[in-house]
Amino acid sequence: MKMHSELRKHIIDFLNKGLRLDGRAPLEYRKPIKVEYDISKSAEGSARVQIGGTLLMAGIKLSLEKPYPDTPDAGNLMCGAELIPMANPEFELGAPGLQAIELGRIVDRGIRESHVIDTKKLCITPGEKVWGISIDLIPINDSGNLFDASALAALAALKNTRLPKLENEKIDYLTRTDEPLPLSDAEPVSVTVCKIGSHFIIDPTEEEEKVIDARLTVASMKDGTLCALQKGGEETLTSEDIDKMIGIAVEKANELRAAL
Amino acid sequence: MTYNKRLDGRKLDETRPIEAKVGIIERADGSAIFKIGQTIAYAAVYGPRNLYPKFMQDPQKGILRVNYNMMPFSGHGERVRPGGSRRAKEISMVTEKALLPVIDLSDFPNAVVDVFIELPQTDAGTRCAGICAAAMALADAGIMMKDLVSAVAVGCIDGTVIADLNYDEEAFEGKVADIPVAILPNSGEISLLQMDGEVSQENIKDAIELAKKVTKNIYEIQKQALKDKFKVGE
Repeated sequence: MKMHSELRKHIIDFLNKGLRLDGRAPLEYRKPIKVEYDISKSAEGSARVQIGGTLLMAGIKLSLEKPYPDTPDAGNLMCGAELIPMANPEFELGAPGLQAIELGRIVDRGIRESHVIDTKKLCITPGEKVWGISIDLIPINDSGNLFDASALAALAALKNTRLPKLENEKIDYLTRTDEPLPLSDAEPVSVTVCKIGSHFIIDPTEEEEKVIDARLTVASMKDGTLCALQKGGEETLTSEDIDKMIGIAVEKANELRAAL
Repeated sequence: MTYNKRLDGRKLDETRPIEAKVGIIERADGSAIFKIGQTIAYAAVYGPRNLYPKFMQDPQKGILRVNYNMMPFSGHGERVRPGGSRRAKEISMVTEKALLPVIDLSDFPNAVVDVFIELPQTDAGTRCAGICAAAMALADAGIMMKDLVSAVAVGCIDGTVIADLNYDEEAFEGKVADIPVAILPNSGEISLLQMDGEVSQENIKDAIELAKKVTKNIYEIQKQALKDKFKVGE
């Protein structure tokens, strides 16, 4: 944090005047918020999300798997993020680091706990064979706020997914059917609210991310129900802070949903 | 039986539709996208920048480092496990060698120029698409270059020489040779040549000649994409 103390002071000076370095209001998303579907025909479903300068892809691959012992009649879900060095000069090749693991897991929980996927319908033979859904999240350009972009891209890619053809209990990946995944209209998306000094901001740029005190990622559904939370950052939050941040996140989530 | 009608109706020397764009990744020093048919390659260049660990540094000149990667959802069949395979490592290496002859890093001792190639969607010809994208990205990053590099996979099916095989042609039941070629368009020199399959000595000559012809057109597309980025006015 000390490394960026000048930057932090500068950002807080601006926020005291109600402004961000890029001219935005504290609770304003960058523009455009754009979702493109079917950006990879090799995937069973895919999407590319743009929030301002941040670009991120999500792709879905389906496979036939053995169900987990505790859910013998439900499909499997896996969600991972790869912070490839293409997207940010600070990312390195190799096994996923903590940042990538946290990102993948937050998105995973938002999707899983919202029950947006009716996994029971993905069971083929109980205890034997179920559909496995793999969600891969890959930033192309990281100009900040990969959390919100990832959750939005994951949902968009799930919506874009069509099941491949099954033949003798084997997948014919080259033939897609018209059948979508069994999705509810819960539409879980995440909004990350950051605290810096006494200020709250959303959609941090990569510069702002370096100097925030704390962040709260809130995954919520269309009806306002929360489905995952993750507090990050080095400083604490008060319960009043959390109350405020959740309020902001639930309201702002609609702006992301509008892009779907 | 001779293969004289292509599966997708293209002429023998016709590539799939090509699109190229330069400067698509803001944070990179140079970047480009190259699409040929259903194959899409992104390339980003970072550097010259410091190279660590130190023992990898070359005190005479900067080094070029290429990483080729297929995204987990970019394959024709099952999910590709992330983390790099032997295939990806080899392609990274030959791509590096394909690009190295055109760039001059003598002004940057101890530094590295990193090239990252990522494929979100593939339908054969990925290493060539990656090389085309990477050459544009290097130019976009302002790296000193004496030429671009243009690449295409030519091939030979049952004695017929064709340009830019797609996946269906690679998988064609017959004698198929897949021949990726990278060419320095101004000198005509070849910086990448691989082949797998079966091909006669005569056919390989014709195939390389065809690659030279086809890459002329690819070169024009790459050049135009670079010019479009640096256009003044508008």
